[in-house]
Amino acid sequence: MVTYQSAGWSALGDPTRRAIFERLAERPRAVGELAGELPVSRPAVSQHLKVLKEAGLVVDRPVGTRRIYRLEPEGIDALRADLDRFWGKALAAYKQVVEQRAQEVT
Amino acid sequence: MTTEAQQETSVRIQITVDAPIERAFRVFTEDFGSFKPPEHNLLGTEIAETVFEPHEGGHLYDRGVDGSECRWARVLAYEPPERVVISWDINPRWQIETDLEKTSEVEVRFVSETPDRTRVELEHRNLDRHGDGWEALREGVGGEGGWPLYLQRFAERLLGDD
Repeated sequence: MVTYQSAGWSALGDPTRRAIFERLAERPRAVGELAGELPVSRPAVSQHLKVLKEAGLVVDRPVGTRRIYRLEPEGIDALRADLDRFWGKALAAYKQVVEQRAQEVT
Repeated sequence: MTTEAQQETSVRIQITVDAPIERAFRVFTEDFGSFKPPEHNLLGTEIAETVFEPHEGGHLYDRGVDGSECRWARVLAYEPPERVVISWDINPRWQIETDLEKTSEVEVRFVSETPDRTRVELEHRNLDRHGDGWEALREGVGGEGGWPLYLQRFAERLLGDD
């Protein structure tokens, strides 16, 4: 998966793509909005979004006739994964400690 | 934003241990420091001990070898040997959250399956309350260190499918 990460890095090496990414970090936006805010044509924005999407940095979903782009991962998913690992490790270690204590007493 | 509203906002884990309920509860609270994963140390120094004050209104805190303290949770309910609820005053960047509106909570229930077996059910819920934490994380992407942090998080997520 290291290649995935370096794909992310190189995708963000382009100043226009970085500008698009920073705008999506503020809030989700449609292609047209991005084209209106940046000195880039709409097809060019679409092309940059395609690169960001392939690098796994943004995701899109259809809303009516438009496609809305936002950053990936969603914050709460990242937090859940973090805490899932934390509590998983904690409870596994807890089981060892509590069962060891049980043996000491008996 | 229906999909966002339906998003899971809690983490649930359960484990069964070969111990009577009283001991299971006591070890979980009194010996919390003995099983807490050490890599998430919020102090800048080595932890000498983790203290779990055994009463409602108490705190969980780490004490460093240099005497510094880090209070990272409040005891919201303390009902031995069946239930304990603590707040989670740590933001998504693993720093202390001082705004209590933006903290989540962890409920742990102990259920006696046999006299020598106890099921421990843990739920870490209301994770959406940390919302501003990850917005800050995103605001940080433009700054120094922001990109590496973001991409590191991202890489961890990709690798963290175990």
